[in-house]
Amino acid sequence: MKEYRTITQIAGPLVFVEKTEPIGYAELVNIVLADGTIKRGQVLDTSDEIVVVQVFETTAGIGRDSGVRFTGETIKMPVGREMLGRILSGGGKPIDGGPEIVPEKRLDITGAAINPYARHPPEEFIQTGISTIDGMNTLVRGQKLPIFSGAGLPHNDIALQIARQSKVLGAKESFAVVFAAMGITKEEANHFMADFERTGALERAVVFLNLADDPAVERIITPRLALTTAEYLAFTLGMHVLVILTDMTNYCEALRQIGAAREEVPGRRGYPGYMYTDLASIYERAGVIHGMSGSITQFPILTMPGDDITHPIPDLTGYITEGQIVISRELHRKGIYPPINVLPSLSRLMNLGIGEKHTREDHKKVSDQLYAAYAEGNDLRGLVAIVGKDALSERDRMFLEFADLFEDRFVRQGKDENRAITQTLDLGWELLATLPVEQLVRIDRGLIEKYHPKFRGQRQAGAAQPQSVKG
Amino acid sequence: MKEEKKTVSKAGVLRRISGPVVTAVGLEAHMYDLVKVGREELMGEVIKIKGEDVIIQVYEDTAGIRPGEPVVNTSLPLAVELGPGLMKSIYDGIQRPLSVLVDRMGNFIERGVSAPGLDRTARWDFKPLVKKGDRVSAGSIIGEVPETRSIVHRIMVPPNVKGGVVKEIREGKFTVEEVVCTLEDGTALTMMHKWPVRVPRPYQEKLNPDIPLLTGQRILDGLFPIAKGGTAAIPGPFGSGKTVTQQQLAKWSDAKIVVYIGCGERGNEMTEVLTEFPNLLDPTTGNPLMERTTLIANTSNMPVAAREASVYTGITIAEYFRDMGYDVSLMADSTSRWAEAMREISSRLEEMPGEEGYPAYLAARLSEFYERAGRVRTLNGQHGSVSVIGAVSPPGGDFSEPVTQNTLRIVKVFWALDAKLSQRRHFPAINWLNSYSLYLDILNDWYAANVSPEWNTLRAWMMEVLQKEAELQEIVQLVGSDALPEEQQITIEIARMIREIFLQQNAYDKVDTYCDMTKQYDMVKAIRKFSDLAYAAQAAGVLPQQVMAVKAKSELPQIKFIKDYRPELARIMDSMEKEFNALRAGIS
Repeated sequence: MKEYRTITQIAGPLVFVEKTEPIGYAELVNIVLADGTIKRGQVLDTSDEIVVVQVFETTAGIGRDSGVRFTGETIKMPVGREMLGRILSGGGKPIDGGPEIVPEKRLDITGAAINPYARHPPEEFIQTGISTIDGMNTLVRGQKLPIFSGAGLPHNDIALQIARQSKVLGAKESFAVVFAAMGITKEEANHFMADFERTGALERAVVFLNLADDPAVERIITPRLALTTAEYLAFTLGMHVLVILTDMTNYCEALRQIGAAREEVPGRRGYPGYMYTDLASIYERAGVIHGMSGSITQFPILTMPGDDITHPIPDLTGYITEGQIVISRELHRKGIYPPINVLPSLSRLMNLGIGEKHTREDHKKVSDQLYAAYAEGNDLRGLVAIVGKDALSERDRMFLEFADLFEDRFVRQGKDENRAITQTLDLGWELLATLPVEQLVRIDRGLIEKYHPKFRGQRQAGAAQPQSVKG
Repeated sequence: MKEEKKTVSKAGVLRRISGPVVTAVGLEAHMYDLVKVGREELMGEVIKIKGEDVIIQVYEDTAGIRPGEPVVNTSLPLAVELGPGLMKSIYDGIQRPLSVLVDRMGNFIERGVSAPGLDRTARWDFKPLVKKGDRVSAGSIIGEVPETRSIVHRIMVPPNVKGGVVKEIREGKFTVEEVVCTLEDGTALTMMHKWPVRVPRPYQEKLNPDIPLLTGQRILDGLFPIAKGGTAAIPGPFGSGKTVTQQQLAKWSDAKIVVYIGCGERGNEMTEVLTEFPNLLDPTTGNPLMERTTLIANTSNMPVAAREASVYTGITIAEYFRDMGYDVSLMADSTSRWAEAMREISSRLEEMPGEEGYPAYLAARLSEFYERAGRVRTLNGQHGSVSVIGAVSPPGGDFSEPVTQNTLRIVKVFWALDAKLSQRRHFPAINWLNSYSLYLDILNDWYAANVSPEWNTLRAWMMEVLQKEAELQEIVQLVGSDALPEEQQITIEIARMIREIFLQQNAYDKVDTYCDMTKQYDMVKAIRKFSDLAYAAQAAGVLPQQVMAVKAKSELPQIKFIKDYRPELARIMDSMEKEFNALRAGIS
């Protein structure tokens, strides 16, 4: 392989090489330092005169005397069944002291788009055991549902609880977790690893770790390596893969850093104009394909800078993903775990995975009614702050109390509390029963008579009272 | 010094590759020529010529392409194939059928595969409508093909063919490439022709948009109607139900043909459309909705240049069906992704950016696109229309951003989706205070003649109550509802009924998902009746609490979910009157 010593410029993570033979766009590049160290990069721009290489590691040590080798192929990831249980660096090298991975296949990390015609609509209900998710923002297999959080909120605990408890009702299939950490602290990483080890999840997991002190540019490829692995596990080996990507904010910062180094025209808040397309090339790698047994479900986690949901990172993410789970600082301050605010949260695929065939016939209506009642109660809190509770009408007072009750009973649950969907729905009914029946305008008569505790008692005497199970 | 002679030809070589934008030299090219890039012959389009550099946007992934690879100019513009086979088809942004791509390259979209838009092997039943010796001209209908159970495909003389006297015309089963008709001057016509996507198809004249496009959605038909051939924008922050609204429109609007463009949107969402449409029955014909639909799906992770083209591909297909004399509704979800594709290409071209990095020609491109909508008299004298409904996804829900603003300057109807409403599960989450329709005046006559002479007054009444409620709510926020005068408490209650009964509509309910004008009229009339009785009772001394407790009021919402609602409605209205009479009797 030919080695060039024609570096003309080094700026941030970019290296400019001159007078090369024709070099392919997006090719993998090795840069050889004087001491023999090899750094990897990728071609960002190629022409007769100059080739721009983006280096995935720090450019420290690279000089005009360094050698540049173009490998003639795009970045490939060696993948195999053996990867389960392994811990890899953000660049895909084993860092758990184990042997190198013997690849069964080498796959291009950019991945091709799934033909929309080949996709199977996601419709299998995943029970996470968390009421606010199962009941009101239902997750289905093949969905990408991000967690929008803020600094200092327990998003990691929630992600872990989901990874631990998620299951498809009545199914026993091979299941794997791919975990990609981008720029998180060693401490956070340890937290995840300890939990994986405690619950034995590690042997079903592939972990990619790019820590806070690892090169920022490496973060550009970490999620792609993780998703390439996930695609192999899902669509070649037929596993159901849950991919956790944390923290996407760090990924976007890295993207901005490269954009700035290339002196590109910046878009909103300095993020590159192509960030939507770039994020889509990550998030869209989730789904179910016709005639294939595996699936990829994504849980990206991002921290909203300044808790601002209109910031470009959560904003563009929300336009690509199928909903979002929003963590609320206010609920967290009230000491409620998991502090999921159901009002701005949403699962777009919910309707595909609920109802008679998947969960229970009353699911949609109960969920709508809970939303409406909680939203109304929550709005009234603002009013109470101004006029005081006494000025409220009887009706308003009931909704206000409902909001408190909802947060305390429905939202709050233990870190290891795994509620079945029927428990969640029954709990919903129990709370709705505190409101007069005629206020339940979103539920039709038939369902009220069948499920409302008041009527249930009349119809089938001695029916067990719904209760949440702690444990 | 050696003087090298520069030559240009149909074949040049690549000089630079930067993502989807590549530069070729030595290529004879004109703007928007279609070119084949590299050894794998990727599809591309010339978008800039600068000295001897020809700059090309490539519709497929360019990884691995090197400088020095060949570029060949086809010297044709990007065009779509128009003919039988469009209905029921699902295309990517450059009219490659996605089903064919699955057969050719599996579940993932690889590159370098070309596939014609129309099936070359399918044979269609062609029935001539002209005979030997007839004179035909551009746009004339020469025959028809029963394309699906719902649609008769009218075969026309292409608009760019002069026409002449028919020398021979054949009846029978033909493929789209076989000649079905020959003219005296030797012109051979097939069932298919090509049309460049960036050129609007010609028509005789634009007509006044004075017929509403009925959608079965109460807030749209009732308060903010769009005309056939009109333009509408649905801007909404994510999660406000934009996509559901678009899909409802596609399912239920009374256009004959639906063209749905998924432009840079979610793969799973497109799949939902792809699986749902074939199973949905068209309320007018009882056949699957897909039989009158063409879908264009270019998801967010498919190549960005093809996303830019997808909108043009869609509108050209829509215009083609318009020319047959059909009403077509075109949904573009979302035009923001299209604008972003323009921005991305523009920034790769290192053009001077306008507002927020969008190219300076953003406004011009948007208005050119929406201007292709309209109700027209076609070249063959029929009336056809293309209604364009564009979704906009403003970043952060901020309507002041360039795409929303430039769109609003052009479109006549604005359906403002509101995240707050959707959080309260008020669907469709269209804000009744911010939305508007500029077609109201022009459509009044139609409503008066076809629904009821009363309708326009009732609509104005609803808007007035809602407007008044908004003002009263400001006071309630400060002092609580009990502090309002009794009459105003009732106003708030009536407004709540309008919101909860009329405006809220459940897209997932079998019955409520579609509401015809008769039912809409009956519902408003019922609310109006309640309102009249309530004010009269209050004036007679009945307390607002008593008015609100009238049982008929809580029963009224149920009629939304009943198919043959009339007997139940009559019963409720009857008991409503009795209850009010009883209340008033209690006072005196």
